[in-house]
Amino acid sequence: MTIKGKAYIAGIYEHPTRHAPDKSTAQLHAEVAKGAIEDAGLSKDDVDGYFCAGDAPGGAWPMVDYLGLNTKKLRHVDSTETGGCSYIIHLGHAAEAIAAGKCSIALITLAGKPRTGAMPPRAAGAEADFESAYGATTHNAYGMCAMRHMHDYGTTSEQLAWIKVAASHHAQYNPHAMLKDVVTVEDVLNSPMISDPLHRMDCCVVSDGGGALIVTTPEIARSLKKPLVKLIGHGEAMKGPRGGKDLDLTYSAGIWSGPRAFEEASITPKDIKYASIYDSFTITVLMQLEDLGFCKKGEGGKFVADGNLISGVGKLPFNTDGGGLCSNHPVNRGGMTKIIEAVRQLRGEAHPKVQVKNCDLAIAHGTGGLLGVRHAASTAILERV
Amino acid sequence: MVDAKKYPAPVTNPETAAFWDAAKQGKFMIKRCTACGEAHYFPRSICPFCYSDKTVWEEASGEGTIYTWSLMRKSPTGPYAIGYVTLKEGPSVQTNIVDCDLEKLKIGQKVKVVFKPTDGAPLPFFTPA
Repeated sequence: MTIKGKAYIAGIYEHPTRHAPDKSTAQLHAEVAKGAIEDAGLSKDDVDGYFCAGDAPGGAWPMVDYLGLNTKKLRHVDSTETGGCSYIIHLGHAAEAIAAGKCSIALITLAGKPRTGAMPPRAAGAEADFESAYGATTHNAYGMCAMRHMHDYGTTSEQLAWIKVAASHHAQYNPHAMLKDVVTVEDVLNSPMISDPLHRMDCCVVSDGGGALIVTTPEIARSLKKPLVKLIGHGEAMKGPRGGKDLDLTYSAGIWSGPRAFEEASITPKDIKYASIYDSFTITVLMQLEDLGFCKKGEGGKFVADGNLISGVGKLPFNTDGGGLCSNHPVNRGGMTKIIEAVRQLRGEAHPKVQVKNCDLAIAHGTGGLLGVRHAASTAILERV
Repeated sequence: MVDAKKYPAPVTNPETAAFWDAAKQGKFMIKRCTACGEAHYFPRSICPFCYSDKTVWEEASGEGTIYTWSLMRKSPTGPYAIGYVTLKEGPSVQTNIVDCDLEKLKIGQKVKVVFKPTDGAPLPFFTPA
């Protein structure tokens, strides 16, 4: 059993807002749901599967009710919560459900307001008494990974900075990007140190907003008007300190989710024309590129340097919307926008200045949780038909 | 150096109460599995490696080396260094490195456990040895 080619992404929508003091979180979910349903050329009453994560107020059943979905028709729900990569996992789960005949038109939504509203608290894990007092945040948890990666492999701050530089080159063409200025390696190195060795410009933006997807069967996708984009491989994985044995923070769970997705798709990283890689921090991108097999472990620094991730310049165009580093990081969860930009590239709808020529194979990969502590990862490989 | 930072009291539960009782005596405990011989942290009743329930408490030396660290430059309670310390007994533990010049920390540096008070049981931290 495989999901290869069993599900198509027929609708995408990224909310243009980055600052939404005048909207509710549920409202943002509704606006992105409407956007994706209309992009697909469907109506809300067609939806028979709904997917959401921890950002959806109250979870699946309050959202299904609020969104006014057709409950006589809705027959599959999934509220898998794995932080920022939840939506990439949802995409795989939607394909599984579609392949199994459990639904035919799945809606996935993400939205929230970290800039202008309170973020819902996370439930405590079994480790809470042994860790919560030490103040792990995103910044220092990813900082710990970068520190060890530098120690083990000689990775430098200059190399990490190239990731931000590449993102900024793309963001200048995105009218909705929060940060549109092109920056240099020096700009990144001169920005204030936030949590060693990560500077402010190694960190992504904080933005209100959201995004949504419509995933459907090949038959329904072919009946609609959008260019056809199908899911051909998917992987998911988790990693944690596991009792503290043989701790190694220089790799992520992408080392397992990536090969699973590539194997299902029957392609290799060399075949990929465009990569959406979750960029919560520059180090996140570097480690994931290594883990996914775009270069050898420890050689990520060399791989990302000198503009290799800039569209039209380097070998692996990445995050051509400007990514989380420059454009958008709705609800501190980057997985959704990674899928959306990959679909834009495959449809040929990216900005002409960053559109990859003959873009027929793309990857969308993300992590959720804290890379240096416990996290999930998910990989989706998409093909233009 | 004034350490005015207030740390939350552990909630504790039946599985981990012995750890916190020992901490009150200044002892830093780990769990070891008598079936596979592996030590682990934080403590669980079932061994995370071989799933045996034959895990026993063991007082650790409290000595270790810094596996990695990161200095958070700003926070409501001031700068602090988070890190992982690899204990002499094997497991790596998440902690803060305290009571030292935080800008001079190094991977591989030797550290030892130090307890800090809370309103409940004290919490383990590490400081250069």
